Amino acid sequence: MTALNEKTSKLKRNPPGQTGPWFAFPTVFYLVLTIAVPLVITVVYSFLEKAQIGTGVQWSFNPRAYKDIFIQEKLDGTTAFDTRYVKVLWNSFLYSGITTVVTLILSIPIAMWIATRTAAARNFLVAAVTLPFWISILIRTYGLRQIIDDMGPIGAIMHRIGYTSYHIIYTPIATVTGLIYVFLPFMILPIYASAERFDFRLAEAAYDLGARRMTVLRRVILPSIRPGIISGIALVFIPALGSFLQSDMLGGGKTNMIANVIANNYGQARNWPFGSALSVLLMVLTLISVVIVQRIAARKGDKVELI
Amino acid sequence: MAYLDISHVSKNYPTPEGGTVQALDDVSLSIESGEFFVMLGPSGCGKTTLLRSIAGLEYPDSGTITLDGERIDDLPAYKRPVNTVFQSYALFPHMTVGQNVAFGLEMEGLDKKEISERVGNALDQVKLTGLNKRRPLQLSGGQQQRVALARALAKKPKVLLLDEPLSALDLKLRRGMQIELKRLQQDTGISFVFVTHDQEEAMSMGDRIAVFNFGEVVQLDTPREIYRRPVNSFVADFIGETNLLEGQAQSDGVALPGGGFISRSVIATDCDVPSSGPVTVTIRPEDFEIAEGNSALNGIVRDVIFTGDSVRVHVQVADIEVVATLPSYGVRIPDRGATVGLKPLEHSARTVAS
Repeated sequence: MTALNEKTSKLKRNPPGQTGPWFAFPTVFYLVLTIAVPLVITVVYSFLEKAQIGTGVQWSFNPRAYKDIFIQEKLDGTTAFDTRYVKVLWNSFLYSGITTVVTLILSIPIAMWIATRTAAARNFLVAAVTLPFWISILIRTYGLRQIIDDMGPIGAIMHRIGYTSYHIIYTPIATVTGLIYVFLPFMILPIYASAERFDFRLAEAAYDLGARRMTVLRRVILPSIRPGIISGIALVFIPALGSFLQSDMLGGGKTNMIANVIANNYGQARNWPFGSALSVLLMVLTLISVVIVQRIAARKGDKVELI
Repeated sequence: MAYLDISHVSKNYPTPEGGTVQALDDVSLSIESGEFFVMLGPSGCGKTTLLRSIAGLEYPDSGTITLDGERIDDLPAYKRPVNTVFQSYALFPHMTVGQNVAFGLEMEGLDKKEISERVGNALDQVKLTGLNKRRPLQLSGGQQQRVALARALAKKPKVLLLDEPLSALDLKLRRGMQIELKRLQQDTGISFVFVTHDQEEAMSMGDRIAVFNFGEVVQLDTPREIYRRPVNSFVADFIGETNLLEGQAQSDGVALPGGGFISRSVIATDCDVPSSGPVTVTIRPEDFEIAEGNSALNGIVRDVIFTGDSVRVHVQVADIEVVATLPSYGVRIPDRGATVGLKPLEHSARTVAS
């Protein structure tokens, strides 16, 4: 009996479809290298002083970068509350918030519509939604700039119909338009994934029990696709907070988002500690937003894991 | 006019191949108030399409449906005073049992006090008192079924539509629910329209049964009449078990190929037996006695199957296999391989259109 047990234990293998922990090693190693290490560097740099000459940091502890975000030191030595960076942060949250709301409103009907097509049509439509991923975001943003430009096709149409004061390029509207365009698929896909699993017999049952179309949507369909909506919000809002390209290329650098300021401090301004401090602050604020979304989701009893 | 009147209803579906399937072919039915009406047929016979047309989840191509004197076939589902118990139960998973049952009442705009009272009553009716706070997924299949029933009954519909509600339950639970549904129907006085493909279920519950096949009502009558007097071989075969024997009519009976003979005295007196030509005779297995020695129908016993309450004896009569059921106690059961004579009871057989 014991001999047999020994034999089987020697022959012990992973169950089919499962691999040992060492198979995860390359990925874990890569992630540590590309996420954890830069994160630690950023946090460390944010507490150092900027280099006297050239780029980089000077290895002496100084938390003034954080103070500089909120407090401005005037030439005469007095200090005052600095609204510039708070404003930029506020803009980032505002633009990301608008982007999230607009993509959500646009995504629910299209996701429901795709989910109710035949299997072949669904595959085609999902492929169509992901089609923009095939082209570089830079090229797409250039393209969008041409389209919304005063001299572009929209401008031409506006002129033709007599709306001569059309001008959105290099304004916050252009930035938000760009954000909505880029992030729309990230809202559609998770909502579609939830909608596809929705049992439309539930909608029939609600209809049978006396609910009209809008009530069916509000009371039965929306609660059922909540997990998809929450995933979509997370997938749009969080990356939108850190986006950089749209405000740079469409907003013309005038409507800065926080990522533009961070990039500037690592680049031209050569103030790495300040850029790092802003990065850490953005990370903390993002984390707080995630926790809030997760709390709201948890209260409704949905199982949504964002972090 | 009857309480629920279905008049000349037809419905076609396009098939993926580009053709059409006629789900309902000029169906007319009348269902009385307080009746337990069963629509029975094999899958794809149109019974569910008709039920969904009454509910408003599907619209017929032509024909009218009137309920209590009011035409309802052009009303949307939410305006029809009928409710459905779905085969899949279709309970809202994000709501509690109580919220599920209350949903339909909230749609009527009733006040909170009345809603909670009616939810309580409905759950009492289906014996789920006190389970308001549970979620549907925390309940067993049988309990979920009762919630679906309570949710529909709470609305006090003029007609309750049930779409194969018991098909997911195991046999014992199903038998129990059949009795309970029948009692519930009698207690509430609500007309039930019950769709099933299970003939035993149809017979044990229905006041009347409409037998569907290929989108048409083949026969509409009480369970007893349908069982004893099937209008054609499809009904005879679908309802209960039967032996369909095809033979040639003669002046004094029906001659079967291979030498068997069914005399006129065996066939029910109200049946027409032509004097010549092909004819189909139906004889229920329980209407045979097994005789010693020779009889009009002789054959060799091929199988003897004990099923508890009865014994099924398969007898090879020339080219056809005839099934006879005998009581499992008190009569002599023949052995496999024995030559026996089958003796149908007087007037038990019927001729049917094939």
